[in-house]
This record gives sequence, structure tokens and C-alpha cells, in this order.
Amino acid sequence: MNEALAFAFERVIPGLNAGLWASIGIIVPAALLGVAIGVTAGTLRVYGGVWPRRITNCYVSLFRGTPLVVQLYFWYFALPYVSVGGVNLILSPVQAAIIGFALCSGAYQSEYIRGGLLSIKRGQLLAAQALGITPLHCILSVVLPQAFRRALPGCGNEIIYLIKYSSLASIITVNELTGVGRGIAKATFQNTEVYVIVGLYYLALVTLAGWLLRLIENRLSIPGFEVKNS
Amino acid sequence: MQNESVVLRVEDVVKHLGGQRILDGVSLTVKKGRLKVLIGPSGAGKSTLLQCINFLLPPDEGKVFLDGREINGKSKKELLWLRQRVGMIFQDFNLFDHLTAMENVRVALIKVKKMDKRAATHRAMEELARVGLADKAGLYPAQLSGGQKQRVSVARALAMDPAVMLLDEPTSALDPELIGEVLAVIRDLADAGMTMIMATHQIGFSSSLADEFLFMEKGRIIERGAPSDLLARGSCSRTMAFCAKLSELSGEMGG
Ligand SMILES: Nc1ncnc2c1ncn2[C@@H]1O[C@H](COP(=O)(O)OP(=O)(O)O)[C@@H](O)[C@H]1O
Ligand SMILES: [Mg+2]
Repeated sequence: MNEALAFAFERVIPGLNAGLWASIGIIVPAALLGVAIGVTAGTLRVYGGVWPRRITNCYVSLFRGTPLVVQLYFWYFALPYVSVGGVNLILSPVQAAIIGFALCSGAYQSEYIRGGLLSIKRGQLLAAQALGITPLHCILSVVLPQAFRRALPGCGNEIIYLIKYSSLASIITVNELTGVGRGIAKATFQNTEVYVIVGLYYLALVTLAGWLLRLIENRLSIPGFEVKNS
Repeated sequence: MQNESVVLRVEDVVKHLGGQRILDGVSLTVKKGRLKVLIGPSGAGKSTLLQCINFLLPPDEGKVFLDGREINGKSKKELLWLRQRVGMIFQDFNLFDHLTAMENVRVALIKVKKMDKRAATHRAMEELARVGLADKAGLYPAQLSGGQKQRVSVARALAMDPAVMLLDEPTSALDPELIGEVLAVIRDLADAGMTMIMATHQIGFSSSLADEFLFMEKGRIIERGAPSDLLARGSCSRTMAFCAKLSELSGEMGG
């Protein structure tokens, strides 16, 4: 047992810490980008014209309807062979992971945002219009603040999922938490110890994110918009 | 006769919705400081008419004049001007649920009138005080009673300095015991010389304030006149018959 502990502290932890930072370096930008995409796509799906609506609906169907692993393989392995106007875009593993996660996450986020937008009573939009508030200001000052509060629990859950599926970045050679863990396990044959510790790292990340989200929910909580804690 | 100037004129307005002719040529003229009351059965087109006036529903035909200026509804600038000059009160209050009472009143001052935050807050507090809700400024709609919500919505409209207010059944969504506080605010407005058009079933209340009743049915104004004439003893007006039916249903005495 002592041996295992010593092994953990000398070999596993320092390696995993580096992997942890790599994971965070993917999760945070992918989550932010995913929310931004989700808000944009969700808004277009509700208030866009016919074509913006069709295009965003297609986007959501595509990214919800295909496995994330396939999407990642596409961004990393296939995209370099796709030539757009004679230009081939080659993404680094980290870039491919961030873009892949953000686009996939954004598709799900847009569902929650859409639900939040649809929950807003039409009368409020009418009142805003009657006051001379422009459609843009109405979306920014009336619609989004309410939709965001309604969508927050769902969006938060999606970010929790993102933390967990960020481990898939290892399959496109990113040396994040899972990738580093696999490397150590292969080199040392200490599979049990390594993967238990990797699991604990994710658990810590998810717990931290959950705690942060609850903090935000409480911060934004106003009477009439209470988050139902399930 | 300066205070007799015409604020709002509506000429032969026609509106189709869902393939049906909802407004079938409606005309009316409102002079400064007067209250016109729209009555008539549900589905007559009262809400549609009010929403045509501030172009929430652009009329298909006919003309709307505000302060002598014809509104064609084409330019955004003109619509912005129109909507700042016309305050609207809805049956369901339509407060912004995520804003406090004060912020509800303030938001359009900042976003539309481009007032700075301090001045807008100050103005919002004044308007809340005017409807007797200064002490509720920090509460959210979910924490207010229906009557209080409607008073906030009146304050919100007043803050924009409207030339005319359109009130669409302002008390119809309220519990009976809350109607009085909203009617009191409307009476204050009338006394202060606010020009208004109100759709309502509160016949008794409005007959003492209105200069004209307009009885609507199937998208037309089929009867109009001074409340005292339409509701005179022995009158066989449609208005009288309708009011009799209303008071039978609700116990509210008309006239
Ligand atoms: N968006 C719409 N599409 C189709 N019909 C509508 C629409 N809005 C209102 N109507 C119809 O117009 C008629 C008049 O409605 P409304 O103006 O709300 O009447 P009132 O306010 O007098 O009760 C009703 O028969 C209603 O069903
Ligand atoms: Mg109505």
C-alpha cells in the first residue's frame, strides 16, 4: 500500500497535474464558445427568418445526430483533406478538440436557450414594442436575461457533460488528463491506481464546476425565476 | 379653445387577421384631456383597434393621425416617435419579469429616451410614487399583487410622457378586491387631464369620466354617444342592453 501511495505521489500526480491543465485549457474555451454558439443558434432558431432558422436547425440536427468521436475524427483527421477554395485548414489537436467540443456543446446549449426563449410570454415583447424599445434592445435587455435564467440549469448540466466528454480529446492525440493517464498506465502497468486517480480528478472538476454553477444560479436568482434544485 | 385640440384621429381603419376582417372601418377622434371608452362584447375588435393605433398591428387600410401628423408606419423613426407618444396598458400587465418595479419603469427611459441612469432612476421613482408604489420599487413582479403590477405598468407608460394612453381592459385580469386601486389611479390620470382611450367593462366607473362611449361589435363602432345619453333611463340603446347584461352577470351597476 505504501508503495502504491509513493508511486502515486512520485509518478502519477505530477504527470496528471500537467494533463489537468491541458484539460482545463480545452474545457474552458470550449464551454465559453459553446455557450456563445448556443445563444446565437438558439436565438436564431426562435427569432430568425426562414433561412437562418433552417440553417441553425440543420446544424443542431447534424451535431446532435452524429457521435462526438466521429466529429472529432473529422476535425482532426479529415479536415486537412477538405479543400475550400484551394485552402486546406489544418488544426492542431488542441484546436480540433476545442472546436469539436464547442460545436457539439453549442448544439445542445441551443436547445436549452431555445426552451428558455420560448418560455417568455409574448405580452412582454408586445409591451417592449409599445414602449418603443427596438427589437435588438428587446432581445438584449428583456428576452435574453430571462431566457438565460430559465436555461441556466440545462446549460450548466451541458457544461458538466462537456467536462466529462473532454476526455475524448485523448483520441485525437491531445495530452490531457485521460491521455496522460493512459500513458502512465501503459508505462508502469499500474492501471488500477492510475485510472482511479484520473477518475478522482474528473470528479473534482465536476464538483467544482457544479459548485460554481450553483453560485451563479444563486447570484442570478430573482423572485419568479427560482431554480428548482432537483 | 386650445385645450380642445385633437390629439388622435383614426379614420376608417380596416384590419384583417387570419383571413378575417377584424376591423371593418373604424373612425374616432380624441381631443386633449378626454377619455373615450370602448365597450362591446369580447371578440368585437377592441384590442385590435388599440393595437392598430400604435401600430403594434399596422392597419391594412385607413389612417391614423397623432398630433395632426399622419402615421404611415413605414419609417422606423416615425414608429419610435409614435410609440413614445402613445402609452399602452395591457390586460395582463406585461411587466418585465426579471426587473424590479423601479427597473420596469426605468428601462425604456434608458434604452429609448437615452436618459442617463441617475436621471432615469429619479424619474422612475417619481412615477412609482404617483401610483402609490414608492415603497415597492425594489420588488419583482412575482412579489406584487395584480393591482400593484397594473399600477407599475401605468407608471411605466407615464414615465415616457405620452400624449395619449391606450388602456386595454386594465382591470379585467384582476381579482374584484384589487380593481378599485387601479381604477383610482385611472381616475387620477383623468383628473390630471390625460388623454385616454380605454376598453373596459367597468361601465359605472367610466360613465362618470368618459366624454364618449363607443360601442363596438364585429369590428365596427355601431353606437356612440355621451354615457348619460346612452344610459339614460328608458333609452333603448345597444349600450344600455349590453350594460344590463353585464351587470346581470357581475352585479356591477351600470349608470
Ligand atoms: N392574431 C390573430 N389571428 C386571427 N384572429 C385574431 C387574431 N387576433 C385576434 N383575432 C380575432 O379578432 C377578433 C377580435 O379580437 P380582439 O380585438 O381581441 O377583440 P376584443 O378585444 O374586443 O375582445 C376575435 O374574433 C379574435 O379571435
Ligand atoms: Mg381584448
